[in-house]
Amino acid sequence: MLKVNNLNVSYGAIHAIHDVSLHVEEGEIVTLIGANGAGKTTILHTITGLKKAASGDVLLYDNNLLKTEPSKIISLGMAHVPEGRHVFPTMTVEENLEMGAYIFNSKDDIKVGIKDVYQRFPRLKERSKQLAGTLSGGEQQMLAVGRAIMSKPKILLMDEPSMGLSPILVKEIFSIIEEVHNQGITILLVEQNAKMALSIADRAYVLETGHIKMEGDAKELMDNDDVRKAYLGV
Amino acid sequence: MLNVSLFIQSIVNGLNQGAVYALVALGYTMVYGIIRMINFAHGDFIMVGGYTLFYTIPLMVNAGMPAWMSVIIAIAVCTIVGVAVERIAYKPVRGAGSMSALITALAMSLFLENLALVLFGANPKSVPAIFNLPMIDFAGAKLPGKALITLVIGLAIMLLLQIFIKFTKLGKAMRAVPQDKQASTLVGINVNKIITITFAIGSALAAVAALMYCSTYPRANTEMGVMLGLKAFIAAVLGGIGIIPGAMLGGIIVGLVEIFVKVYLAPGWYEAITYGILIVVLLVKPTGILGKNIGEKV
Repeated sequence: MLKVNNLNVSYGAIHAIHDVSLHVEEGEIVTLIGANGAGKTTILHTITGLKKAASGDVLLYDNNLLKTEPSKIISLGMAHVPEGRHVFPTMTVEENLEMGAYIFNSKDDIKVGIKDVYQRFPRLKERSKQLAGTLSGGEQQMLAVGRAIMSKPKILLMDEPSMGLSPILVKEIFSIIEEVHNQGITILLVEQNAKMALSIADRAYVLETGHIKMEGDAKELMDNDDVRKAYLGV
Repeated sequence: MLNVSLFIQSIVNGLNQGAVYALVALGYTMVYGIIRMINFAHGDFIMVGGYTLFYTIPLMVNAGMPAWMSVIIAIAVCTIVGVAVERIAYKPVRGAGSMSALITALAMSLFLENLALVLFGANPKSVPAIFNLPMIDFAGAKLPGKALITLVIGLAIMLLLQIFIKFTKLGKAMRAVPQDKQASTLVGINVNKIITITFAIGSALAAVAALMYCSTYPRANTEMGVMLGLKAFIAAVLGGIGIIPGAMLGGIIVGLVEIFVKVYLAPGWYEAITYGILIVVLLVKPTGILGKNIGEKV
């Protein structure tokens, strides 16, 4: 459903992404792992139009995302949970969720959506009137995921959802990802926590300084000696 | 002994003056909130409104309509000018840093003033009476009816704006964009469109401020927006720049302080005291009265 072909991205004179090609099929969890600065976030930003590409194609179904106005991309069925959560800090939890459904107009549908999110994340319901900036990191991550699924996406891009969270919360976030996936949402997951990411993914890409170094079945990559040495610390 | 009627008069005059500052301050603060830029041409939108009133009030009156209906034309003209300034002058330099934006805004201010000088000449124009209302007796105080009505209009607009920002979808988007442009884009908000709408609303408020101002001081000249704009800017900073209720509070405070200093302390000192209060507030609380910082969680 999502195809990235020969993508190149530059920051000024620095060529950050080199001929990256990847694809995500309906129903998969695909993960993109790599060290800090490898270009994982840049790839996601380019897919959702936050960063301009130098060359290449990004196709969601038949839509060329590089030629789509960034604010229209979510209407095509793709939501993005950005690195660092990016909740609206001085809006309440509930208002944040409403903003997630910005592309919809029916107030009743939005209410049903919010109820669904609250059912999945009871903690958010308890804090519905609280300003999002006052939530803990884990709660903000839940809110960021909740806000993204308010748009009823078919595919969800997640950028470092485990960043800065305690090991218990990391487990919780990963079980949330699996739960979201079980509801029929395809997932492209960017992670530094390669072990956790590979354990839930179907396929994986390993990114090193802007190049795809390896790709393949997640379980096989987990047993690969190079991957184990470089990313799993064994 | 406190003279009750003078006190009431001063309150009404102060609130009236404050409501004008507040409406103008809203324009500064909304634009700052969304693109972190001080639109120094904003004061000149009031001048555009003032001249529009001068030229259109006679037409309204001849057509048998009440003079204040001219404000509708002034709102339209100011909105067009405000949006045009944003699109033509500010949007191209948006990525170029705050210094370029600031200089562009100062240039637009000078451009509008000099354009008005060319179009309308240097002599001030007398704006015809906008409201013909009698004095109203209240607790022994004689209050000008026009001051009361402009005060009510000003407060009503602020209330409506607050409801709009708080509860409507567009209002929420206008709050979301300044907090996080990236996340706003990701949820489907067209940030450029929101910036344009912000300029449109700010300019429309400047037109209403022009009506209120001209009903008390019925003169339009090319520099009328400079001092008014500066005071409103101070009001916005005092209340906490970028914060909508802060602009309203700051405007009302500046208006009341000015009138009370004029009436009760020393007429010549009102500006010095207003600026003094600003300095003290900024020393104690650099983000302004309602300003606050919410740290980002990582």
